[in-house]
Amino acid sequence: MLLDTTKVTAEENIWKLLEEVSDPEIPVLSILDLGVLKKVQVQENGKVQVTITPTYSGCPAMNTIAADIKLKLLAEGYPDVAVNLQLSPAWTTDWLTPEGKRKLEDYGIAPPVEPEGDIHALFGRDTVVRCPLCTSENTKLISQFGSTSCKAHYQCENCLEPFDYFKCLK
Amino acid sequence: MDLHHTPTAAVQTYSPELRALLFGYTLQLADTSLILGHRLSEWCGHGPILEQDLAMANIALDLIGETRSLYQYAAELEGKGHSEDDLAYLREAVDYKNPLLVELPNGDFGDTVMRQFLFDGFHLFLLKELQNSPDPGLAAIAAKSFKEASYHLKWSSEWIIRLGDGTEESKRRIQKALANLWRYSGELYTMTQTEQQLAQSEFIPDYATLQPQWDAHVARVFAEATLEVPQNVFMQQGGKTGRHTEHLGYLLTELQYLQRAYPGLEW
Ligand SMILES: [Zn+2]
Repeated sequence: MLLDTTKVTAEENIWKLLEEVSDPEIPVLSILDLGVLKKVQVQENGKVQVTITPTYSGCPAMNTIAADIKLKLLAEGYPDVAVNLQLSPAWTTDWLTPEGKRKLEDYGIAPPVEPEGDIHALFGRDTVVRCPLCTSENTKLISQFGSTSCKAHYQCENCLEPFDYFKCLK
Repeated sequence: MDLHHTPTAAVQTYSPELRALLFGYTLQLADTSLILGHRLSEWCGHGPILEQDLAMANIALDLIGETRSLYQYAAELEGKGHSEDDLAYLREAVDYKNPLLVELPNGDFGDTVMRQFLFDGFHLFLLKELQNSPDPGLAAIAAKSFKEASYHLKWSSEWIIRLGDGTEESKRRIQKALANLWRYSGELYTMTQTEQQLAQSEFIPDYATLQPQWDAHVARVFAEATLEVPQNVFMQQGGKTGRHTEHLGYLLTELQYLQRAYPGLEW
């Protein structure tokens, strides 16, 4: 039987190890940056329970993330790992860490912008999004749907480059 | 892949009657998002422009994601050891309980946008209320999908306005789509026995309380789009009780092909 302190150390160690598991669609973001990793529990028999939450309902990355978590922990000496999916509370872009937002912008994806009004309002102005390439705010929305579920498609009117915007989800 | 939702503990405390009602309802919601998601996915690679091809594929993906959560939960409520795949792929057309609207063929882009618009408003306002269901399973799925469904309704509303208040041809086509599809909108709000019983025990909202929000939104968008709503239309129904159009059979033939050809294949 593991002592309580050993269990805590093991859990802290696993959180650290999982910093190296990234989102397969946005490889600069770890699952911690993304706010997808919810819970790590080491049971008395040594079995590890990892709980993750999907960004979008249909996010095809979740299976890959679960497999990557198991592989990473297997390589680090944790052979018995279960990954559980938890829907509630539902993921929101508020859980992206400040570090994660900085990494996104450096990678060329505009990070989510806090909406001015009610995000569920059905009519209203589009959010002003800063171009991640030239920092101009003279940009326009091309489509609310982009290369993956979590992104919208914008274009910069200044440098003319198209870019991805990690859209706000609340 | 053995990635599944954490089971909902409350299910164990439900009476067999309540479980059966919630199973029927969850299955109906799952069938609805599966069939519409499948229809939208048929556009993949055929959209009028790349951005809208992507938009429809993304909305399809959200709907099919919601479908998976719902089928997994339905299987849990049923408690007979079925999987999400069994429920999605191994039932006959009469077993599907989706409203007729979502199984209708894509038609042209205008038909697809109109079908989507009529559904999106219903879907969004339902999910918004379902988040407060005392059933934690339905509430969690609704809270998740509600956030996504806002983007769906914005997309379809904008396209209704753009096509309606667009060129002569786009107006003619979207007005025709409205004339053809309006008769399928009533079924969304016609409550089945299962829905009535669940509404009485306040597990789901009474749809009569949802409809005014939908009416108001739809009227506003059609006014901006300069479209005329057909009057005195006989509302078609049947899908929610298993009486479908011929189109569903063809859709299922394609949807279920892989599972029937390779039994046991996993999602
Ligand atoms: Zn720029």
